[in-house]
Amino acid sequence: MYVAVKGGEKAIDSAHRLLAEDRRGDRRVPELGTDQIDAQLGRAVDRVMTEGALHDRKLAALAIKQAAGDLIEAIFLIRAYRTTLPRFGYSEPLNMRALRARRRISATFKDLPGGQVLGPTFDYTHRLLDFALEDEQPAAEEPTDASNVVELPVDMPRVLEQLARDGLIEEATPPTNEDTREVGDITRTPREFPADRDERLQSLVRGDEGFLLALGYSTQRGYGRTHPFAGEIRVGEVTVEFEPEELGFAIELGDITVTECEMINQFKGSAEHKPKFTRGYGLGFGHVERKAMSMALVDRSLRADEFGEARDAPAQDEEFVLSHADNIEATGFVEHLKLPHYVDFQSELELVRKMRAEIEARQPDPKPEAAE
Amino acid sequence: MPITTGDAAATPARSLRQRWISACARTDPDQLHILADVLGIDGTAFDVLRPAENGLVMVRGRAGGTGQLFNAGEMTVTRCSVRGRSGHVGHGYVAGRDKTHAELAARLDAHFQAQPDDTTLPIVAELEQQIGERAHARQQKSAPTRVEFFTMVRGEDE
Repeated sequence: MYVAVKGGEKAIDSAHRLLAEDRRGDRRVPELGTDQIDAQLGRAVDRVMTEGALHDRKLAALAIKQAAGDLIEAIFLIRAYRTTLPRFGYSEPLNMRALRARRRISATFKDLPGGQVLGPTFDYTHRLLDFALEDEQPAAEEPTDASNVVELPVDMPRVLEQLARDGLIEEATPPTNEDTREVGDITRTPREFPADRDERLQSLVRGDEGFLLALGYSTQRGYGRTHPFAGEIRVGEVTVEFEPEELGFAIELGDITVTECEMINQFKGSAEHKPKFTRGYGLGFGHVERKAMSMALVDRSLRADEFGEARDAPAQDEEFVLSHADNIEATGFVEHLKLPHYVDFQSELELVRKMRAEIEARQPDPKPEAAE
Repeated sequence: MPITTGDAAATPARSLRQRWISACARTDPDQLHILADVLGIDGTAFDVLRPAENGLVMVRGRAGGTGQLFNAGEMTVTRCSVRGRSGHVGHGYVAGRDKTHAELAARLDAHFQAQPDDTTLPIVAELEQQIGERAHARQQKSAPTRVEFFTMVRGEDE
């Protein structure tokens, strides 16, 4: 427990002025524009939008600048800002069949209708520092050889839908009670356990990438194995539709970039049911591939009960995962340790002194303790 | 040339008004300004019923793309409502926080409602085509990155 303290206003003001100066850095270097952050640090913007749970590139870029590149601090700023805005309502479900994929890969099928499209990726780079980027004006890029380039087809059938058509994987169909059941919303109703998959997915989208990455990794290393295959990973633009009350019909609000990962996991079957692969789902704002993959792994692990799997690994423990995935909740509790705990600590100190005195009183001739 | 979304079959037929509200939301505000000027839309000819306001829409996804609904995260949206001289109430809803964009969209909605459909249709079709072309161009930048992977077959010596 900490108690409020008074005083220190001047020191705090000075600390904040120093922070601003520190953030600005060497004034001989031009100041960074938020448009530059948006355009050139796009993956940072994507992470802040996804974990801040708010799609707005400009706001995320501003938060990154204000936080001096501390992404969890930036996410905190975004979460705080969203509480100042009214909620107009819920969008129509994203039509992922209509996603205009700029990247689309499958690790399960070599020959996909529509093809494997690498798009902008770090994969297959050599991870060697490119010192040309140190120059203000990097060498002119070589134009892509446009000969023999075939247009991407508008319609790329989704890999898991193809498998589902043959009955080889569980279908992704809405629950039968969808019309009557309210969709869980952790921003409105506090989390309860056991959680339903909708609340789990919402928590995972905003969950910390590092935490989910580690949990996903742990399932691969045997702590709740799910035998995953990256069935399909896509990055592209999708149009968001929304039905305003006063209109009574859905309209398009604009396009957002999303990343989707569909994992194919170990099959389940029984005496009556033929075996089928199972699935895990990952989704995030912007190009957040590692996050979407980690999320899909953890989503599948958290479905242990559905498939009658023993829940004995951390990634399968819903309460553990969901209670610790949010980096703003986590940083709040960890960082609150910096706040004054003077009174609290004084009482602990007195207690320790009292206990030591009691022991000393019982021992008539105590040996002197070694100097600390 | 694909227009707007690539999955026309799954999209139910939309009314013209639905189309122009959508097109105004997905068109750059600078371009909407030009359109409003061309159409002779006078900003003073509208009563503002609901001044442009920033807010949020919770974006919904489905598990596996087609399964159980879930709330993925919010996006900023700006809305505005105006009444034109004709008495038509126009609504603008646009992604982001640009209040000018929402107000322009609302004025255009009021304006188009007062016009015969056959005057409006070509304008909307033109906007939709530009939106479609931009989306298409962005996606096609990835066309040269399409690969054919070959499987190396091991251990099949004769």
